[in-house]
Amino acid sequence: MSDEHSLSAGTDIPRVTFKTMYATMLRIRKFEEKVAQLVSLKEIICPCHLYIGQEAIAAGVCASLKKDDWVFSTHRSHGHYIAKGGSLKALMAELYGKATGCSGGYGGSMHLAAPEIGLPGSSAIVAGTVPLAAGAALAFTLQKKDSVAVAFFGDGAVDEGVWYETLNFASLKKLPVIFVCENNLYSTHMSLADCLADTSIYKKADAFKMPGVRIDGNNVVEVYAAAQSAIDNARQGKGPTLIECMTYRWLGHVGSSDDLDKGLRSRAELEDWIARCPIKTYEAFLLKQNIMSRTEKARISKEIDAEIEKAYIFAKESPYPDVSQVAGKVFK
Amino acid sequence: MRELSYAQAIHEALEQMLERDSRVLLIGQGVTSPWYVGATTTGLVERFGPERIIDTPVSENGITGAAVGAALAGMRPVLVHPRLDFMYYAMDQIANHASNWHFMFGGQMSVPLTIWGIINRGGEQAAQHSQALQAMFMHLPGVKVVMPGTPYDAKGLLIASIQDDNPVIFIDDRWLYDRTGDVPEEVYSVPIGKGIIRRSGNDVTIAAASYMAGEALAAAEILGTQDIDAEVIDLRSIKPLDETILFESVRKTGRLVVADGGWKTGGIGAEIVARVTEKNLKYLKAPPARIALPDTPAPASSALEECYYSKARDIVTVIKQVLKEGR
Repeated sequence: MSDEHSLSAGTDIPRVTFKTMYATMLRIRKFEEKVAQLVSLKEIICPCHLYIGQEAIAAGVCASLKKDDWVFSTHRSHGHYIAKGGSLKALMAELYGKATGCSGGYGGSMHLAAPEIGLPGSSAIVAGTVPLAAGAALAFTLQKKDSVAVAFFGDGAVDEGVWYETLNFASLKKLPVIFVCENNLYSTHMSLADCLADTSIYKKADAFKMPGVRIDGNNVVEVYAAAQSAIDNARQGKGPTLIECMTYRWLGHVGSSDDLDKGLRSRAELEDWIARCPIKTYEAFLLKQNIMSRTEKARISKEIDAEIEKAYIFAKESPYPDVSQVAGKVFK
Repeated sequence: MRELSYAQAIHEALEQMLERDSRVLLIGQGVTSPWYVGATTTGLVERFGPERIIDTPVSENGITGAAVGAALAGMRPVLVHPRLDFMYYAMDQIANHASNWHFMFGGQMSVPLTIWGIINRGGEQAAQHSQALQAMFMHLPGVKVVMPGTPYDAKGLLIASIQDDNPVIFIDDRWLYDRTGDVPEEVYSVPIGKGIIRRSGNDVTIAAASYMAGEALAAAEILGTQDIDAEVIDLRSIKPLDETILFESVRKTGRLVVADGGWKTGGIGAEIVARVTEKNLKYLKAPPARIALPDTPAPASSALEECYYSKARDIVTVIKQVLKEGR
């Protein structure tokens, strides 16, 4: 993995995409920092699995997608929702359990949906959405659409049997699905090496005759390029790809703590990854290459701050769901 | 009217829905096999092609998830599990995903999926090839469960399941596959959540579904020769339950016997007896009774199977007991 962002990986990336990816990453980072603060203040009660440190993956993959491509998310869902274009107001309101939330207060942090932007939902069951993405891809094929489906999942999903079932089926049927593993090295409290006999997740693709690549998940240009290539293949009917993105979550498994006090990982390891911050290195690259000016950078940052403040106020002021609606909408 | 077998009725429902609705596909183990699902899918792959008639590897949870995903994306899949026993593998996708999806996102996305599970027991198939798991599925809030007992209902309920915007578990029974009955040629549906009175009577209500509804009717005929007038309700759907038909019948007869092919504890009978007594205690002339499997797995030996599975004669015995105990 390189800490340097090389332009060679992204020579055909439109200038606007470079800036969009930066804004997306920063939007996720700042939003999650706000949520962490609200969680520690117990303003937000719902368990939140924060995405800080992993922003380049959602931003890089979603920048390569069209609106009618679908992404399926996990318990760590905020980054995917934001990168696909979800409203921060509806997201914050959902975290507050408000009626104006993106799932009406019935889902919470782990169950976000915004079908209008291609997010049909996120599941808190590890690997749960992996087969759903394959199924959506099957539907797109039968409907003769050129849409693709993306399954985001963590390294923990690779412990699950359904993951293997799905990769086999997707490759067997050459489905237009991209399997994006966000390998943040930990499955809740357990390190990868304590879970997998072979920690090279991307190599498992070989067993399914599917391309598998391991990339620097903290390098958004590399993520974009890998995703673009996988998506192109999928659209052309060449079947699925497994992309293993190496990354790290700065906070603990859930909530605003960093879990260092629990002895689950070392401060040195965390600091090493913070030094490889996906946003800082990318920002330096954009400034150096004159893709983004300092003025633009300041403007983007200010706009995001204002957007998050609005989302926070909206969530606070929104009503809770009416208790008469506790039964919700079980059936359509 | 034209007669078809129960298996032919299922075949016709599949064929007609595949023909008229391009969103329908059939996916699961054995849909192109000569024996997995009886004759219910014969010729479908030749007619509709392997893109829509998808035989799959033995990956129950993965394939169920794929069917849920396809349903979310606008298809109307019929997913077959040729034996309910193997559906335990798929419980995560059924219970955590299909059942919750509409509720969990505030009603934004529904899962129009038919999960067709086949009860296939007897013939010394033993504990892991004989199970009737309707009560497991009845417990889930977000799925409907139907259990047709006649060829007419098999076709009509399968069509209704496919047309429904929600996950429906359609459970049929290989013991019914050769039964024949009137089946209209046109496309029709039987409403989900509505039972039907198969025989009117005044002395006792027998509630049952699927194969046991037939046994209940046979029991009622035997009882009729002994001056006992039983009313038989074929539930057809076990979720939602048709409370109206049950309550009206019990208010008339004052006695309730439920016959089910699943285990007794936490079973269909337990649920029906609870619901009926909660709201109709004053009408009851005797304690309700349940006919169900004992709380043991299925044995292999046919000598043991013979007494393990309940039949009409067992229903007759129980009803006579209920009539003795009554006021």
